[in-house]
Amino acid sequence: MSELKIDNLSMRFDLPNGSSVQALKDVSLTLQSGELMSVLGPSGCGKTTLLNILAGFLAPTEGQVLLNGQKVTGPDAHRGMVFQQGALFEWMSVRDNVSFGPRMAGKAPSDYAEEVDHLLDIVGLKDFKEKAIYELSGGMQQRVALARCLANHPDVILMDEPLGALDALTREKMQSLVLKLWKETGKTIILITHSVEEALLLGERLLVMAPRPGRIHKEYRLPFADAGVGADLREVKKNPEYTQKREEILSMIWDMEEEIMGRTEAAQ
Amino acid sequence: MIPLSLLLFYIAVFTGGFFIVKRFFAGPKNDFTALKTVTFGDESAVVPARSASVISIVTLFVMWGAFTGSNLLPSFLHVSGPFIGDARFTYTLESPDGTRDDADVLVRVFPFGTEVEEPTIEPGSGFAKNDAVSVSQGRSVTILFDKNDAVTRKEGARIVAVDGKPIPAEGPLEIDAGSITMTGKGALRFAPPLGLQMEPIWLPPPEYVVTRVMETAQDGFRNFTLWEHLGYSLFRVIVGFALGALVGIPLGYAMGLSNWFRGWFDPIVEFMRPIPPLALIPLIIIWFGIGEKGKIILLFLASLWIMAIAARAGVSGVRISKVYAAYSLGASKWQILRHVIIPNSLPDIFTGARVAMGVCWGTVVASELVAAEVGAGMMIIVASKFQQTDIVIMGIILIGIIGFGIDVLMRWAERVLVPWKGKG
Ligand SMILES: Nc1ncnc2c1ncn2[C@@H]1O[C@H](COP(=O)(O)OP(=O)(O)OP(=O)(O)O)[C@@H](O)[C@H]1O
Ligand SMILES: [Mg+2]
Repeated sequence: MSELKIDNLSMRFDLPNGSSVQALKDVSLTLQSGELMSVLGPSGCGKTTLLNILAGFLAPTEGQVLLNGQKVTGPDAHRGMVFQQGALFEWMSVRDNVSFGPRMAGKAPSDYAEEVDHLLDIVGLKDFKEKAIYELSGGMQQRVALARCLANHPDVILMDEPLGALDALTREKMQSLVLKLWKETGKTIILITHSVEEALLLGERLLVMAPRPGRIHKEYRLPFADAGVGADLREVKKNPEYTQKREEILSMIWDMEEEIMGRTEAAQ
Repeated sequence: MIPLSLLLFYIAVFTGGFFIVKRFFAGPKNDFTALKTVTFGDESAVVPARSASVISIVTLFVMWGAFTGSNLLPSFLHVSGPFIGDARFTYTLESPDGTRDDADVLVRVFPFGTEVEEPTIEPGSGFAKNDAVSVSQGRSVTILFDKNDAVTRKEGARIVAVDGKPIPAEGPLEIDAGSITMTGKGALRFAPPLGLQMEPIWLPPPEYVVTRVMETAQDGFRNFTLWEHLGYSLFRVIVGFALGALVGIPLGYAMGLSNWFRGWFDPIVEFMRPIPPLALIPLIIIWFGIGEKGKIILLFLASLWIMAIAARAGVSGVRISKVYAAYSLGASKWQILRHVIIPNSLPDIFTGARVAMGVCWGTVVASELVAAEVGAGMMIIVASKFQQTDIVIMGIILIGIIGFGIDVLMRWAERVLVPWKGKG
């Protein structure tokens, strides 16, 4: 059983002009293996910073991250990342992108070829395996990124607005795909999004963060992700509980935004 | 006057060609580019009209041929050439006692480099006798009219008019046959009309240049064949560029990856980059002479900074998310260098290589102009000293073609080797 423990994380950025930004303050959280958590919050509340610390790209100024009891000190293959866009290697074919992890680990092609093929089938890119990345649409590219992450068997998958750049329809299909992969692989997933609907649909747990300093504002446990596996997501959205939660969270974020605006106006 | 009418002619062909092609050759456009109001300003919607390119080139050659009397053009397209044939005019001589008499002058203008039958003319009546002389085309001739006259200049006779018009004190008198000036000693100088054509010594017709290409290809110029001249220049560029890339690319990588390297070489690179390579020629000549070594070192320096800066930009330009992604896929530093940073920098390096090749080609020609024993630049500068304009023009055209060819080749290589360029 793997466990991701976030222990009193704080992150302060010192700016060149001498001032500093408190991007995160005292964030604590524990995720069990196989949990899917979505993270919401107004822009600038430290979501990306949190994810970068979890991945090991940033070292926190205080606190620590423990994965299976081991302290995270830098990026490694245990925590895979899916970026919003532009993180694929466009000089490699789709297949080479997906097999990047196993290849870097020095595995023989016979060890990973079958699985890479299988993953590309799952994400619906059967006929695009030899294509170049730039020949793919935005949605296809995100599916490659997902498959590339899965092919490396990370314990935790971190996603920073992975569907943000997609159109509504593609986005809905990708949401179903994420749910399906989550159920099938049993991975721990943390997904940042700006869409309240997406956060509700995909988050077994939902974290709402507040800005200045970035902190956890509220946490929910939701039934919609389980209900959404293999189901029509639009049916899930008709659930009255879903509608009620959506309104609640929307007004919560609105209040935060208004508070920020008020504060900046007062400061001027 | 001539430049203006040339310009007007050029504009007329430009506009006329446009309307003719549009009216008769272009099919109706039903695709989106027909809606130019929508795509206006969209650079990708503008493609060169090939017919315009063809007309443009043909026009240039026609103008060249017309002003040089080229054999490749039908003669009605030539602008007027120098006068050839018999020119006649009449002068009026006044003897010291005030009496006047007219006499005819026949000037036979013969084509350059041909034998001519000396013209003769009946002396005629009166004390001024008729004269006949011959002259080569485009040259002027002094007519010692009084050699056969009854009264000479020594005796006080002088010419008061030509073709009935008085001769101005200064400047030529324009008559039908040509232009007349009075020399200081009172003789007549006659220049037949030159026409608008250029003499080969200023601008040879295209076919002279073509012939010259074949001649120099066979017999060579200054101990080296044409191909040796061009080949040496090209060889210098390739070796100089290759050395520059060999040192510059790793240097650029190091500068993009290490603070120490960046700090150490930044001042040197930033200082050397804006110095035009041509400004280094004198120092290079002092240190290394005018032989191959100096040339190659110059081209090495010309390409070194460009390649270093291109490689540095390629490394610094890598999206941090790509590096992050590679790290969290378990890649080591070296693997990231090998599989992410280097491939990611290739488009920038190719752009740099294209620029560097262009600069090197320009630099090699210029350095050969200054001093060299063989090379395209040496060929044209030596030819210019001997007024061999056809060789100069041939050299310029070949230098242009090779420079263009290099660029086409580099672009082709770029398309084949880094097809993902600009698509990240
Ligand atoms: N490298 C950095 N240097 C300085 N300040 C930073 C840096 N990265 C983030 N910050 C600051 O930290 C705060 C949180 O940024 P972060 O990118 O984590 O926000 P976010 O919640 O992901 O916002 P968004 O929803 O817009 O992506 C912001 O105020 C930002 O200005
Ligand atoms: Mg963010």
